[in-house]
Amino acid sequence: MKYSGFRVIKEALTGHRGWGPAWRSPDPNSEYDYVIIGGGGHGLATAYYLAKEFKQSKIAVLEKGWIGGGNVGRNTTIIRSNYLLDGNEPFYEFSLKLWEGLEKELNYNAMVSQRGILNLIHSDAQRDAFVRRGNAMLLNAADADLLTTEQIKKRYPFLNTDNARFPIKGGLAQHRGGTVRHDAVAWGYARAADSCGVDIIQNCEVTGFKIENGTCLGVETTKGFIKAKTVGACVAGSSSRLMQLAGMRLPIESHVLQAFVSEGLKPLLPGVITFGAGHFYCSQSDKGGLVFGGDIDGYNSYAQRGNLPVVEDVCEGGMAIFPMLGRVRLLRMWGGIMDMSMDGSPIIDKTDISGLYFNGGWCYGGFKATPASGWVYAHLLATKEPHKTARAFRFDRFSKGLMIDEKGMGNQPNLH
Amino acid sequence: MIINHPLLGPRDSSEFVYLGDANLINRPNWQEDGALEQFVDYGYLRDNIAGVHRELWFHEYGDRSWLVVTRDTVSHEITEVRLASDVAIKEGR
Ligand SMILES: Cc1cc2nc3c(=O)[nH]c(=O)nc-3n(C[C@H](O)[C@H](O)[C@H](O)COP(=O)(O)OP(=O)(O)OC[C@H]3O[C@@H](n4cnc5c(N)ncnc54)[C@H](O)[C@@H]3O)c2cc1C
Repeated sequence: MKYSGFRVIKEALTGHRGWGPAWRSPDPNSEYDYVIIGGGGHGLATAYYLAKEFKQSKIAVLEKGWIGGGNVGRNTTIIRSNYLLDGNEPFYEFSLKLWEGLEKELNYNAMVSQRGILNLIHSDAQRDAFVRRGNAMLLNAADADLLTTEQIKKRYPFLNTDNARFPIKGGLAQHRGGTVRHDAVAWGYARAADSCGVDIIQNCEVTGFKIENGTCLGVETTKGFIKAKTVGACVAGSSSRLMQLAGMRLPIESHVLQAFVSEGLKPLLPGVITFGAGHFYCSQSDKGGLVFGGDIDGYNSYAQRGNLPVVEDVCEGGMAIFPMLGRVRLLRMWGGIMDMSMDGSPIIDKTDISGLYFNGGWCYGGFKATPASGWVYAHLLATKEPHKTARAFRFDRFSKGLMIDEKGMGNQPNLH
Repeated sequence: MIINHPLLGPRDSSEFVYLGDANLINRPNWQEDGALEQFVDYGYLRDNIAGVHRELWFHEYGDRSWLVVTRDTVSHEITEVRLASDVAIKEGR
């Protein structure tokens, strides 16, 4: 069924009896050409582009819970392509371009809103770093705009520019950045993949791999054994747990990141703002709640809930730049499990086991990557060659000293 | 989380800095054959266990001692806390 304004009016006049489920719920076949493990944004996008762009068929997505129950439905929804390093920036810009055409492509309202993102600058050294980053973005055909304090004051009069410790000395803006309705991304890809013939199998956990003579022949699941020519792992925070079943140890630690939503307020914040001295980022949802977050809790966790010290730290960051938030009440908060890699950048690569591929290590920045991650992973699975924007995301970059470390923090996942 | 410091008693986890898997105590010997592979493993690969995990915490806003904390990464329950120096001596480091 094609969604359209006409359709909405027609259904409104006929009692909404014509809407069907957005995707089927098939039982798994005994065999597929491609099995994608993990029905998050990345897994669903991979299946969609495999079918649509790379003309492959016999594809299944296996999800242990329900579509959208993982990080794709837990994040703070920010999209941007403001990276510095050559290994990253072309990939994230490719992703932002895909976001720009996504709703037409999927025939689904994902509420892609290019309201702009502003990274605040608080010191001269930080300005130098942001100028360099802005130039790197421009060289990769992304947009970047260095704003003065005066320009920022005009757009955001409520920001505390004169904070004694962290005055605002300007900002790096990316006007094409913004936010996207996160669950709608999962649902939109699921519906579009399903209509290309992809089987989306929920409540189907992968519990093991069948590997013989170094070749992966399929996966054991809670719904029985499924044979597959090509298996693509794509389970974000559960990456180490899953790949351990194939005997692999990964350059990844799992950490919890919390997100927060305030009570609904009148329109207040026109774009996304990030604090440069602490870690705090904030946007306002269309329902009016301020959506914000900060640092990860910082210790290995699979608990999907965080602790209070980080709540305090995040709220302090918010108060430092938006003193007006002092009396706003927090409505909801939750946590998600991040696959924090050793250099803060993702891995999209084949493994040493023939037929088994890996996509993970997204840290807390994988939502913005969803369309490109799906596209380049589908490229790798279908052609066995990495996509030109994803050549650096290899496993062996750690042993070869080719880390993609945006922040220069070294092999300490909780600092990325 | 409350970490029961062996010398100072129960302390809030926010006084501590987290380093990671306690196997980091077992730094490879750089003179051994195959040291390069061992260091890649030591520096970059982790078990990343969902369940009982031994890990290093540093009491930065306290007595600046290193602790080995045994904690469940699924429930956050802490079952044992020892001085890292004691653990290292016991393991023959
Ligand atoms: C609080 C928070 C805020 C964030 N903010 C942002 C942001 O503002 N911008 C941004 O770009 N990114 C952000 N992120 C990161 C982003 O959400 C993730 O990097 C991204 O969603 C991960 O990819 P995914 O959607 O495929 O993961 P998920 O949705 O987690 O998908 C993985 C799926 O695999 C399934 N699975 C796991 N194990 C198995 C198994 N054995 N068998 C079958 N299925 C399995 C899981 O159930 C899950 O559904 C944030 C994350 C969190 C938690």
